[in-house]
Order: sequence, then structure tokens, then C-alpha cells
Amino acid sequence: MASDPHDISVSVNGKTYQRTVDSRLLLSDFIRHDLLLAGTHVGCEHGVCGACTILLDGLPVRSCLLLAVQANGHEISTVEGLAAPDGTFSTLQQAMHDHHGLQCGYCTPGILMTMTAFLNENTSPNEDEIREALSGNLCRCTGYQHIVDAAIAAAAKMQSGSR
Amino acid sequence: MKPAPFKYIAAATLEQALALKAKYGDDAKFLAGGQSLIPAMNFRLARPAVLIDINALKECSGIAPHGSGGTRIGALTRYRTLQNDGSLGVAFPLFGEALPHIAHPQIRNRGTIGGNLSHADPASELPALVVAMEAAIKVKASTHERRIAAADFFQGLLTTDLQPDEMLVEIELPAPQPRTGTCFSEVARRRGDFALAGAAASITVDQEGLCTHARLSLCGVGETPVDASDAAAILVGQRVDTERMDHVADAVRRMIEPPGNVHATPDYQRHVAGVLTQRILATAYDRACHGL
Repeated sequence: MASDPHDISVSVNGKTYQRTVDSRLLLSDFIRHDLLLAGTHVGCEHGVCGACTILLDGLPVRSCLLLAVQANGHEISTVEGLAAPDGTFSTLQQAMHDHHGLQCGYCTPGILMTMTAFLNENTSPNEDEIREALSGNLCRCTGYQHIVDAAIAAAAKMQSGSR
Repeated sequence: MKPAPFKYIAAATLEQALALKAKYGDDAKFLAGGQSLIPAMNFRLARPAVLIDINALKECSGIAPHGSGGTRIGALTRYRTLQNDGSLGVAFPLFGEALPHIAHPQIRNRGTIGGNLSHADPASELPALVVAMEAAIKVKASTHERRIAAADFFQGLLTTDLQPDEMLVEIELPAPQPRTGTCFSEVARRRGDFALAGAAASITVDQEGLCTHARLSLCGVGETPVDASDAAAILVGQRVDTERMDHVADAVRRMIEPPGNVHATPDYQRHVAGVLTQRILATAYDRACHGL
């Protein structure tokens, strides 16, 4: 029962979706409930935890602090778009796996999106820069050390030429 | 944790946005970065009947020279743009020093300077910065426009001088005087979080190293950014030595009424504000005398 419906067209992971959404629908809920892309997790819903981080036109943003209607005409990337079509992990995903960068995994999609954008911008980051980039993502399991290790390893591997 | 129903209108031009605000008044909120407004709506602390999305108003975004050595910043300019602008941090070192303390990368990619100042969260850094920098805030309505000194803009907790039909459109930063040193520092529990206390200072000296002008402001320790320039005025005409800085810090401790929170009692915040005051005055004075 939409009280203020809007037609939107959004590109998510390269695929264009056209939907009618109520203005009060959060982008995070639109991605999960309307598009059934449940890889984007919802934690605090007020912009603190970072679990719902997606890329909007290539930049990491909190999808719980955007309205779905605001995404009209924009490009979104979610965790579902990181691996190759055959399921091969991206370099960062593989590094997170190799370095035990996750335990319960709830924060992981947000961290992957944040760090994917960060490593595109900063190809040879030091540990301090990585921790600064990670500062908007809460992880209660790992203590962050293994995530930092994974990011350092992924950056080194990406520098040496693989994706 | 979901917003109450509202009517959403994406404004295509500034004129349209202002006409809508004139029509709906206090029932409408402008939606810029949404990094304060949407959480407030998710919590149902804010229930605007109408949201006027101004994100398409390109004319309200950007950084441009203004007057002799000053800078104009469009209200819709995002933190990311401010931080990535190489010349802004050079021309206004206080800005350059404070920007990395503001929020987290995901917030910086959306949050705007105009939205931040309009929201007027006293814990936020930017209101204290524009007060210390003696910025002017330009607001517009369909029928008029006016400039407000930053020190007069913030009137209470989350309350500004903005009238129901007005929009903050621009911030004007005046050129710093020669031999001016600035410093910003804050204490926060976690990088990017709101500070327990933060302080900004700007000190100008003459050829002999005597202070000719001093501005001091604090964030996180009251209902508005605290303009403590009156407390710092005792430095004018003087060399800024330890005794005088202690004096200013004492005055700051007396004048503020920190709210306290789960991480800090009001007394601890008062203590931190005093220590920060001493530190930033010393650094700003040193920079004024020796450059930077």
C-alpha cells in the first residue's frame, strides 16, 4: 500500500531494474526485499554500523540512509556483483577467505564493498590508511586485524596484476 | 526503524526548491546528504510531511574563489569534495586539519556542508569551525536572500536562524589575515565518531609576535557550537604564554555546560575542553609566529 508511489529505474550490478516504490522505502530494504539481493545486510538502520554499505556510482555509501527513490537513474553495486559470473572470488574476497577476515560474516558484505572501492582508489595503502577506510564498518568478531591483513594482501596481489 | 510516510519531491532547480519550501514551510525538510535527517526519520524523531530532494541542484555545489583570497562553498558540496580539494586545505589550514575528523568514508561521500550546518548538531565539527573562521552563511528564499555571521546563525540545540521559507545556499570563508595560525583538535572514542569535546582556534599576531586577533570555538560541550572568543580576547595585545593560555582554559571550563553522555561525564568533558584549549592555543600561536 504505497502512499506516495514513484517509478524508478536503477542499475544494480549492471542489470537495470524498473520498479514502483513508496517514497519512504529505504534503499537497503529495496535491494533486499524488492530485488531479493539479500547479500546486503542491515544492522543498525541509522548509519553507524556500515553493514549495509553499497556502492552508489562507485562510491561506498550507507544504503539505510538513502531512499530507494533517490537511487533513480543511478548505478549501484552490491556484494553479489563482486565475484565473477562463474563464482570465482574477487581478489579481495579471496584474501578475506585466506586470512580469516570474517567469522560470523554479518558485517562482511559492507566491508567488502567499502574496501573494494578503497583499493580501487588507493592501490598501495599502508595499515593506517586501511584502518581509516575501515573506520565506518563495525565488526564484533575479528578485532579487525585479519581484515587489515586481507586488505594488505589483496592490495599487493592487485598491484602485481591480478584483478 | 523506518521513516513515517511523507511526500517526496525532487526539485530540478533552486527556484523550484525555494517555491516548494515557501509553500510547505515547516512541514517540509530539504533532503541533501541525508546523513542526519534520514537517521532521525528512521527513529521517528523527525516526521516531515514533505521531503524536497535538492541533490540535483548542481548550482548549489562546488568551491570557488570569493573576494580577495576568500572562498565560497556551495551548500551541497559533500565532505568528500571538501577533503579532496587540494587548495582548500592549503588556503584554510583549519579546515584541512579538521576535515579528517568528520565522520567515516561512507558518510563523507554523501554528507554536505550545508546540510551539516542547517542541522546544527552541537557535537559536529563544522559549526565550530565556521564560527572560528568568521564565515558568513548565505541563505535564500523565493522572496529574498541574506547573509548571517556564523556566530549568529546557531541559536540552540539543532536550531538555527533559518526561517521556514529559507535554504542555506552558500558558505563564505574570508581570507585569513597574514601571520595567522590556526589549530583544531578533538578527543573522540573512535576515529570518525562525534567528539567528547573538540576545539578550534585562530590567532593573528603582529611583527613582534603580539596577538592582534583571537578566535576560539568548541564543539560537543553545549547546545550550540560554543563561541569562546570573548574568553580568548584577553590574549589580544599580549604574547601568548602559558599563564595566559591557562587563563583562557579556565574561562572556557567555567562558561561551558557539557551535556555528558555514556562515554564521559560533564566534568570530564569540561576537563578535556580546557586541555584542548591550552593545546590548540599554543599550537595556533606557534604557527602564527613561525608559519604553517
